[in-house]
Amino acid sequence: MGKKYKEVFLKNTWYENPVFVLVLGICSTLAVTNNLKNTLIMTIGVMLVTGFSNLTVSLLKNLIPSKVRMMTQVLIISFYVIIVDIILRAYLPDVSKALGPYVGLIITNCIIMGRAEAFAQSNDPIISFWDGITSGLGYMIVLVAIAFFRELLGFGTIFGYRVMPENFVNWTIMIMPPSAFFMLAIFIWIVKGFKKEGAK
Amino acid sequence: MSPNINPLVLFFASIFTSNILLSNFLGMCSFISISKNLKSSNGLGMAVAMVMTVTTALNWIVEKYIIIPFQIEYLRYIIYIIVIAAVVQILEMLIDRISPNLYISLGIFLPLITVNCAILGVALFMQLRNYTLLQSVFFGLGSGLGWWLAIVLLGAIRMKVDKAPVPAPLKGVGITLITIGIMAMAFMGFAGMINVQ
Repeated sequence: MGKKYKEVFLKNTWYENPVFVLVLGICSTLAVTNNLKNTLIMTIGVMLVTGFSNLTVSLLKNLIPSKVRMMTQVLIISFYVIIVDIILRAYLPDVSKALGPYVGLIITNCIIMGRAEAFAQSNDPIISFWDGITSGLGYMIVLVAIAFFRELLGFGTIFGYRVMPENFVNWTIMIMPPSAFFMLAIFIWIVKGFKKEGAK
Repeated sequence: MSPNINPLVLFFASIFTSNILLSNFLGMCSFISISKNLKSSNGLGMAVAMVMTVTTALNWIVEKYIIIPFQIEYLRYIIYIIVIAAVVQILEMLIDRISPNLYISLGIFLPLITVNCAILGVALFMQLRNYTLLQSVFFGLGSGLGWWLAIVLLGAIRMKVDKAPVPAPLKGVGITLITIGIMAMAFMGFAGMINVQ
């Protein structure tokens, strides 16, 4: 049993990482990656929503008629997203304001739907929960890496603390939308190159 | 936040300067997977533009006459999603009845649209920025057309890029993302003209 959990973990964070292998779910969160703190909170939200909606879908899988399956999954996901949204608004109002509509957009994040459909539909609740959490983790790793470089080069800071020397000129492009695409492309390039080396 | 913007200005701004796809990253999933082919990107673009206009207007009405009077703001996301799913379903049936030809070219894309982030995103932006009904309609239409423009452009570019010698690890998604990045920079060139945020 332990082996299966490890397998799921490795698969979701590396071999079949949702972002750089399957290219899913980059819609809503690329927009917040110019700030490390917001990215971290956003991805934790995604991770929890994926985990719990997987758990719920798996628990209910025998009760849901297959015709309304998609709709039910969307409703389950929106239910957890609303919880995340309310928690953020209560405890972290600044972040909630900065994220704006992107919290609500977690609902249409393809990773969550994808995991519910591909994994939770045909597996036990506990391992489905684990699958959701690790998929979220794989997602988090990529976005945090991108956010790290974007904030470092765009503002010269990390988590809001200045780390670059005083005479460092901020790369304005790094705060702008195009750089998110470039950073993700470079990330995918490096990872794929690395994998090819490994395959040889 | 911005009740005084002329709807026409908003319309052009949402096509060019604040293109929903290139500056807000909405609708990326289907954008990347469908744009391999010019013809299907055109079909999906058309469907998105249509659904977006209808759902934005409907969600505005729902927001004003159902959500606010009944104070069920916390159910907003679920209600929006249900409205979108219902519109997509009805539109599918209508198109099937009215024009079977159009159905053949659009039909397969319609179910995909329910989970397109751009549609929900536009509705949420509309609510967040307090647009009036007229502004919302133009905002929805403009965003839809902007999305359509972007996916057709990318579809056309990708057909050429496929034949170009690209480093092996960058093939496929990597080069597509770089292309989108360059497109986003080009659209940013319009940014000084109108500013709506």
